[in-house]
Amino acid sequence: MDYTLLFMQVLNGLQLGLLLFLVASGLTLVFGILDFVNLAHGSVYMIGAFICASLTLFLGNFLLAILIALPLTGLVGYAIEVLVARRLYDKDHLDHVLGTFGLVLVLDTLAHIVWGPAGITVPLPAWLDGQVELFDGAVIPVLRLLIIGTGLAVAGGLVWLVNYTRLGMLIRAGASNRTMVSALGIDIQMLFALVFALGAMLAGLAGMLISPLTGASIEMGGQIIITAFVVIIIGGIGSMKGAFIAAVIIGLIDTLGRSFLDTLFVLFMSENAAETAAPAVSAMMIYILMAIILAVKPQGLFPPKARG
Amino acid sequence: MKNMTKTGWITVIGMVMLAILPPYFLLNGHAFYMDLALRLVILGIAAVSLNLLLGHGGMVSFGHAAFIGLGAYAVGIPSYHATWGGFDLIASYNGLLHLALAIGVSALFALITGAISLRTKGVYFLMITMAFGQMAFFLFQSLDVYNGDDGLTIDVRSELPFINLDSPMQLYGLSYVSLVIAMLMVKIIVNSRFGMVLQGAKDNNERMVTLGYNTYFYRLTAYVISGAMCGYAGFLLGNFTTFISPDMMHWTRSGELMFMVILGGASTALGPILGSSVFILMEEVLSSFTIFWHLPFGLMLIGLVLFVRGGLMGLFKGKGE
Repeated sequence: MDYTLLFMQVLNGLQLGLLLFLVASGLTLVFGILDFVNLAHGSVYMIGAFICASLTLFLGNFLLAILIALPLTGLVGYAIEVLVARRLYDKDHLDHVLGTFGLVLVLDTLAHIVWGPAGITVPLPAWLDGQVELFDGAVIPVLRLLIIGTGLAVAGGLVWLVNYTRLGMLIRAGASNRTMVSALGIDIQMLFALVFALGAMLAGLAGMLISPLTGASIEMGGQIIITAFVVIIIGGIGSMKGAFIAAVIIGLIDTLGRSFLDTLFVLFMSENAAETAAPAVSAMMIYILMAIILAVKPQGLFPPKARG
Repeated sequence: MKNMTKTGWITVIGMVMLAILPPYFLLNGHAFYMDLALRLVILGIAAVSLNLLLGHGGMVSFGHAAFIGLGAYAVGIPSYHATWGGFDLIASYNGLLHLALAIGVSALFALITGAISLRTKGVYFLMITMAFGQMAFFLFQSLDVYNGDDGLTIDVRSELPFINLDSPMQLYGLSYVSLVIAMLMVKIIVNSRFGMVLQGAKDNNERMVTLGYNTYFYRLTAYVISGAMCGYAGFLLGNFTTFISPDMMHWTRSGELMFMVILGGASTALGPILGSSVFILMEEVLSSFTIFWHLPFGLMLIGLVLFVRGGLMGLFKGKGE
């Protein structure tokens, strides 16, 4: 076993996990507080990547592009909330899913019209292009470190926001009793729209950070949304702590499975069989993990407390 | 027939038209309409199977496209090996084997995923079935033997006794009769004691459990029946398109299937067929105007959720139904 490679793959897995957390946190925030299932969350991730890609090409500055794209993505989220989501809160989950599925189709086609079918590659700025040598032979691209750092910072920021600020207090109060909070003179609709926009910004941020690695493409939204769902199911829908832990677990398992499963399989089956079985099993691993966890804990690792 | 309801009459008229019109078009040289009708009828079977869960059982499965894919690959894989060798156990053009595989594998997949998914309810169930559907998608995407993402062309259709699936007319006949049988099966199931328990659990699960029913078992049985039925639709679809790819299992396909059921009217007999008709016509008409047809389609979907209750069948309902 090559331990340097293992170490680097663990870091890659951590990076994927934190990227997933950025997407899943918005999803779980909106579900936990608004009781709303949002399939279109992945499309916001995609749109964030596209806006950032266009701005990077236009301004020639990746960081500046992110700073401008963030409020723009928040605005997209706000528009979605006001135009569609707000009217769906009172309906059941099936209607949420169908309505936001319609939104996915609309947003993906709009992206297709605006940015074309091929997607955009984002040039990596010089200061992000390098690699850091952690120890002998173990190098990690700066961009991946940036994603890890941002993910951890956002996780910390969210804990602070929800637990230690006045806004967070209102959000928690609004989640447990809407009527009471609005009776106390808080504009609950505005508050919910803010939460929605915040979730959109987090997903957008994830899309922006990954865009220099993968480019911005229309398919990226549909690809990440399912994995993000798996994350919040495993973590317990509505639980931020659960989303964080599940995202890191999924990131690690997926990355390590893809790189080491064939080595593992060769130990007890022929090389040919391992070559076929390894990709198939690694493609299914996170779902198998989900199945096992749900078989033991049907509500996920950190089930949300019952609503009052 | 005095006591037929208005929706009952519409169902009969709709099904009679489906029996007459497509063969008529085919005989008059409009093969294109036959193709449309074939897709409609086959997707109709899938929609009917989903309706059993979604409409009558209150189980919102968002992974039903996986069963279509499994059924279609149950035709493609044996046929592929019969042509190119390997995997002697199942390598065959025998349609009865394909059929047994399609139904068996779908039922097994439904049994395993259902046993886990049904431990949860509501939005958890929805997301988990969606994730399991995506699992099937990624599994077939990763199988390079069967061209992964690029899909598999079926060179030889399933060989059935008495029926030649290469003939569009015979394939349509089989699909149409299957659809009618599927609808009758769902009707019989729903009106049986079993179906009553299922609907009772939809309305109030705790009440049924208190009355001593093991609703988990009833739901799992319904899930397996529905999955097997949908796998059968996949068997027909594979033989119709003669091209299969993981894309058939993508979660957006499951979403479209759900859209058909809701649009037509969940828990009605004709609803799923009406929904799949509108979906296929819309896809055909809109996509002939613009490649961006998903935009108006998506807007209609949002409009449907916001403004229409009970689907299209709801509009036809007579007084007091």
